[in-house]
Amino acid sequence: MNTSADLSARLEKLVGRDRVRASEPALREFAIAERAPGAVLKPHSAEEVSEIVSFAVAEKLAVVACGSRSKLELGMPPQRYDLALDMTDLRQIAHYDPGDLTVSVDAGMRLNELAKALAAKNQYLPLAVPCSGTSTVGGAIASGIDSTLRQQYGTARDFLIGAEFVDGTSKQCKSGGRVVKNVTGYDLHKLLIGSLGTLGVITRLNFRTFPLPDLESAHLASFPTMEAALNFHASLLKSGLPFSNLELFDSEFSAQLAGLLNKAGGGVAAPLATGKWHVFASFEGSAAVMERIQRELRERSTEAQVASGETFDVESSRQMSGALQEAFDWLRSAAPSVALLRIVLPQIALGDLTELVATSQQSRLRSAFALRACNVAYLALFADTADTQTNAALERAVSELISCAEAKKASATLLHAPLWLKDRVDVWRTKRPDLPLMQRVKQAFDPHNIFAPGRFVGGI
Amino acid sequence: MDPALIRELKTLLGPANVLSQKEDLLLYEFDGSVEKARPEVVTFPHTTEDVSRIVKLAAKHQVPVVGRGAGTGLSGGALARGGGVMIVFARMNRILDVDLENRRAVVQPGVVNLDITRAVEHAGLYFAPDPSSQKACTIGGNVAENSGGPHTLAYGLTTNHIAALELVLPDGEIVRIGSRHGDAPGYDLCGLFVGSEGTLALVTEITVKLSRKAEAVKTMLAIFDAVGDASRTVAEMTARGITPAACEMLDGWTLRVVEDYIHAGFPRDSAAVLLIEVEGLREAVQSQAAAIAEICNSNHAREVRTARDERERELLWKGRRNAFGALGRLAPSNYVLDGVIPRSKLPEALEQIHETGKKFGFEIGNMFHAGDGNLHPIVLYDQRDTEQFKRAIAAAEEIIRMCIALGGSLTGEHGVGMEKNELMPLLFSDADFDLMRRIHDAFNPDSSLNPGKIFPLSKGCGEIRVRKSGQSAGPRP
Repeated sequence: MNTSADLSARLEKLVGRDRVRASEPALREFAIAERAPGAVLKPHSAEEVSEIVSFAVAEKLAVVACGSRSKLELGMPPQRYDLALDMTDLRQIAHYDPGDLTVSVDAGMRLNELAKALAAKNQYLPLAVPCSGTSTVGGAIASGIDSTLRQQYGTARDFLIGAEFVDGTSKQCKSGGRVVKNVTGYDLHKLLIGSLGTLGVITRLNFRTFPLPDLESAHLASFPTMEAALNFHASLLKSGLPFSNLELFDSEFSAQLAGLLNKAGGGVAAPLATGKWHVFASFEGSAAVMERIQRELRERSTEAQVASGETFDVESSRQMSGALQEAFDWLRSAAPSVALLRIVLPQIALGDLTELVATSQQSRLRSAFALRACNVAYLALFADTADTQTNAALERAVSELISCAEAKKASATLLHAPLWLKDRVDVWRTKRPDLPLMQRVKQAFDPHNIFAPGRFVGGI
Repeated sequence: MDPALIRELKTLLGPANVLSQKEDLLLYEFDGSVEKARPEVVTFPHTTEDVSRIVKLAAKHQVPVVGRGAGTGLSGGALARGGGVMIVFARMNRILDVDLENRRAVVQPGVVNLDITRAVEHAGLYFAPDPSSQKACTIGGNVAENSGGPHTLAYGLTTNHIAALELVLPDGEIVRIGSRHGDAPGYDLCGLFVGSEGTLALVTEITVKLSRKAEAVKTMLAIFDAVGDASRTVAEMTARGITPAACEMLDGWTLRVVEDYIHAGFPRDSAAVLLIEVEGLREAVQSQAAAIAEICNSNHAREVRTARDERERELLWKGRRNAFGALGRLAPSNYVLDGVIPRSKLPEALEQIHETGKKFGFEIGNMFHAGDGNLHPIVLYDQRDTEQFKRAIAAAEEIIRMCIALGGSLTGEHGVGMEKNELMPLLFSDADFDLMRRIHDAFNPDSSLNPGKIFPLSKGCGEIRVRKSGQSAGPRP
């Protein structure tokens, strides 16, 4: 068994003293679920990542690649955690061909830095994920966390066109390429999306980029009941209008959203105060398209007997969209203990949703609900105290919600939960028939099981 | 082949579902590519269980298995390179379920691509991937090859339209992956299996995502007197962020051949045409079409026509979709390439293809998905002339190398198959092959499923070989 001093010394020899941190505070910064790694390494190239992984294989050390560490809690805590790879020194744009609408970027680059570079050419990457102030490109892909622009642009798998990564045998591999249409070889880069670092260390990602829209706007409609809000939401979905985000949420969700927006000032939050249920619709395009969508929204609002409706200007709609994009982050920190469930529904049915919301309300804990694009619902339960009784109520409510979701053939995963709850409830909550196939994939990528072991579905 | 296997297959499926006479097998030794390889027995399962049992029998007799849809593939993906048992999905051709509300359809692999759209178009829905062969090709083949089509530009390849799959693994095990409503927790296995060219599993049921038909569509034909002007138009459209639903180019030589056959209205005296389609909201279509016309005109288009009605639109597309048939009138065989280049390199690539044609003594036609840089140079040759065939292959290889040198790729939608597998090292390193091989072996450890595809067989690059075959790799014609 290595002592940590011995380990650090050998790592320093491998990558240089300035690339290794082993002080107590440094290790704590990289802790996952209170477990700190034995050392933190900061590689500055894919070659160096490969050397570190090679060392880890030889020494049987578990490796977790980290970006800004904003979403390290996703999944189960790793069963072993020896080395943290701080990827933030791999932060260059390797190729950017604005004329081709493609970009190739190092995994440790921040999304907001990339956005700046793309905006200079009037383009962007529609990956509107939480923790946008710090999130790295690699982290956004590995976490697989939802983008609020999914309604219009799809998920990362729709615009990630290639990747470079170090696999579990320490080899530098690639998949896909830098062209927008390509079927050469297995699409291994798709497997990396949402894999939580269990397959390899992503070093570079290639994306298709998109032109920035001419104009943006958004609309918020308020309703007295869930049924009225859901009918309006359904009518917008069926309209075929190209909304970039279409989100429905309850009063607790809007109260928290309003609190956040009020801190920023500007009065954007005012319309959130009326009505119990809200439907937010954002859209973009040319002046003629904006006019058409706004007209239809007015007409459909009248039909839906909206309690009140408000159309936002560019600035306000960006503010509102930005706050919704961060929902994962503010929901998880809205109480001392929070359980945040992501539920994917087979269909949007009033009965099912009413039952889910009612189940969460029965717990007598505060709860917030939001329905997003592609039948994805977020349900947060807030425990304001940490006493045994409240904890028990939280656990019971989570279990009941999961059972309720599963009875509706929905899949429920726990995006965030206190550690004690994760120990008692499998965050993935899934007995998938294809788990053995996933294990084969894991074994092929990472034969020595060194990448974030135990963090993923089924203990992978 | 062991006659016992054929007997067992006949017992299992009934004699009407098994072919083993040489004259029957001849039909299955070709697909749409230039390759050739004959299976030793052809089977027609009706159910997933049939497929599983066939696979188990083949495993028992240690012979390889290859799946096949309509045989329209262009890379030899559905050819029995290792001989053995071919599973033809033609009789598993039922649409099992249509859920209009949630825009999903569950289909068997032998369903013809266009039949999915036909089954749902009354509700304003359609299946977006539209290979040129969509009237004949099957969804199982589309899934295996991750097929594209003209509208891939806006809507993506087959992989973007698949929610879940039922698979039969090489040991006969039946597994389901993905989820009907999408977002299954765990690795994106559908992303891996779609486009794996039948080398990991056989697909026996497919849940597809249906798309909503756009409310407005405009189809334009931009006519140019110089190829360079047409390709610069495409590059400029891309650079300005205009993404039409489709943007196809036909060069002058090709369009004349097509026009003589189909009478689609392509002007015979032009150097190139762009067939551009925009769709979406009426307002968006209007402004996109105006912007596209402006770019065409600034690049010296002689004329930009807009189809006035559905009939004119259909005619233009007929010209594009049936073009390969038209070319068939000129030479006994044609070799269609599928390289991809970054779109900004289009003018340069077309010039180089022209040069390659001159060098090897071919008139190389170009009719391709210009909007996403997916080239389809067509080399016409006579397969009976061995020397000519060799030259055609050499010309093709030079073009593929050029695509890669420009930062592109081997194949945009046809797949690697047994046609381009030896060229794979141009793109992938030994490390890349090692990982792909481990993935391959994780599912298909004995290479019993579709051997001799994707991976180079030549020494030093991957180690997947044609195994245990009663027949070696089919000779090229």
